[in-house]
Amino acid sequence: MSGATRAEVCAAAVADAFRGDGERLASSFGTVPAIGARLAKLTFAPDLLLTDGIAMLLADVQPVSGEPKPDPVVEGWLPFRSVFDLLWSGRRHVVMVASQIDRFGNHNFACIGPHAKPKAQLLGMRGAPGNTLNHTTSYWVPSHSPRVFVESVDVCSGVGYDRAAALGPRTSRFHEIRCVVSNLGVFDFATPDRRMRLRSLHPGVSLDEVVAATGFELAVADDLAETRRPTELELRLIREVLDPAGARERELAT
Amino acid sequence: MDKRTTAAAVVAELRDGMTLGIGGWGSRRKPMALVREILRSPVRDLTVVSYGGPDVGLLCAAGKVKRLIYGFVSLDSIPLEPHFRRARQAGAFEASELDEGMLQWGLYAAACRLPFLPTRAGLGSDVMRINPDLKLVRSPYADGEELVAMPAIELDVALVHMNRADVHGNGQFLGPDPYFDDLFCTAARRRFLSCEKIVDTRDFSKHGSFHTLKIHRAMVDGVVETPGGAHFTECPPDYGRDEAFQKEYAASARDDDAWRGFRERFLELESEDAYQDAVRAWRGAAR
Repeated sequence: MSGATRAEVCAAAVADAFRGDGERLASSFGTVPAIGARLAKLTFAPDLLLTDGIAMLLADVQPVSGEPKPDPVVEGWLPFRSVFDLLWSGRRHVVMVASQIDRFGNHNFACIGPHAKPKAQLLGMRGAPGNTLNHTTSYWVPSHSPRVFVESVDVCSGVGYDRAAALGPRTSRFHEIRCVVSNLGVFDFATPDRRMRLRSLHPGVSLDEVVAATGFELAVADDLAETRRPTELELRLIREVLDPAGARERELAT
Repeated sequence: MDKRTTAAAVVAELRDGMTLGIGGWGSRRKPMALVREILRSPVRDLTVVSYGGPDVGLLCAAGKVKRLIYGFVSLDSIPLEPHFRRARQAGAFEASELDEGMLQWGLYAAACRLPFLPTRAGLGSDVMRINPDLKLVRSPYADGEELVAMPAIELDVALVHMNRADVHGNGQFLGPDPYFDDLFCTAARRRFLSCEKIVDTRDFSKHGSFHTLKIHRAMVDGVVETPGGAHFTECPPDYGRDEAFQKEYAASARDDDAWRGFRERFLELESEDAYQDAVRAWRGAAR
């Protein structure tokens, strides 16, 4: 297999975010996160639950592009109300797209500008407030820039570590932002005050590049690593099974 | 009891300033024929409660909305609803934006005739800042946890769309998800159900299992048969989303002229039948 593209490195990084999750619903928004969750299930996390994106839990894994596999094996029914029940129970790890994110992982995809009269109305709060207080959350940023990695979010939809801490240990006991995967690197919050920390740079990306594309002061891991490249098996699964039409590359181009 | 009625008679019950709940989700199984009938009426200043799709977009564009209680508004295949965005960015209505689970809790509290239900969702986020009326409640038990007291969202009127119904108001969904339609009905004072087809009660079992009978007649005051009544949202298995028409609808948010053109061609018509005719003519011309 030829060398991994950036999108393929990102997909494997998202897959790694699901390590250790066991029997949990892996929810993903965006193409690369969808590939990542499926890749994790096909390799090291076979117990993850995946949906068809509508209301069915599927026992087998469907591609994100090209022809769907015929006769998908439905292992359960999960209409929206059951998704809410499940997320309140904590058995879920969601990867959401961030339109803005700050150093503590406060997240916004609701709107840009003042909420009363926004410059740009985006998705709205959706389930982000409840997700972040009830189960593990990670974020995906396909285009890392100072407009996304901001000093402070215009509106807080997903709760970050400083706001969670202010709620006290009881209310924040289920809060976990595991990581942020962008097109440039992987970030966690493994610092004493839970600030965002650069954990690894994707192959070919420099530290300066990430610093310049980040609108706040970034902590950097002492043992800053290079993000791992997908294995031969993972590359084959991504290219031949999960995304034969190459939708992943288009997501990074935009 | 025969509860058959017409879209016009349903909308005649609406008064300015009422709180209206609309079932479905995003661009999925929305009671669009009833929404279109509202557009033909003079009613205004509505508080609209919805897991929003083009129902919200149309009511916003037509200036019918004073306040919107919602978690999101989306056309699904077009993630951002352009008419809703335009109205929001103009500051055209009061935006009571909640976590989508809080919305469920508010409807459920109303359905149970409770003043509120506690939830963790919303704490720490700007949901609390942009909805300053939300109050907290402390658990009276040993844990002492502080939670949001999500207030009941009491509806004056609820509108939902089903695949099948009988004349008595029993409703049957045949698609993959019942959404929150039963909660909209049970949270409301007056409840109206539109459907693709009215069938004999004994024939429900020919269409789907008893699990699909989520709405029963004690939850419904009136039934309107509106074939194609969810158009252009999806209503499987009867029909999928009319993606081409949805694109046309979305494009009409471009500017005032485009919206006027869409309105004159599809909305400022005397009846739902005329709308369906206009859509057929548009489809023929597009082909």
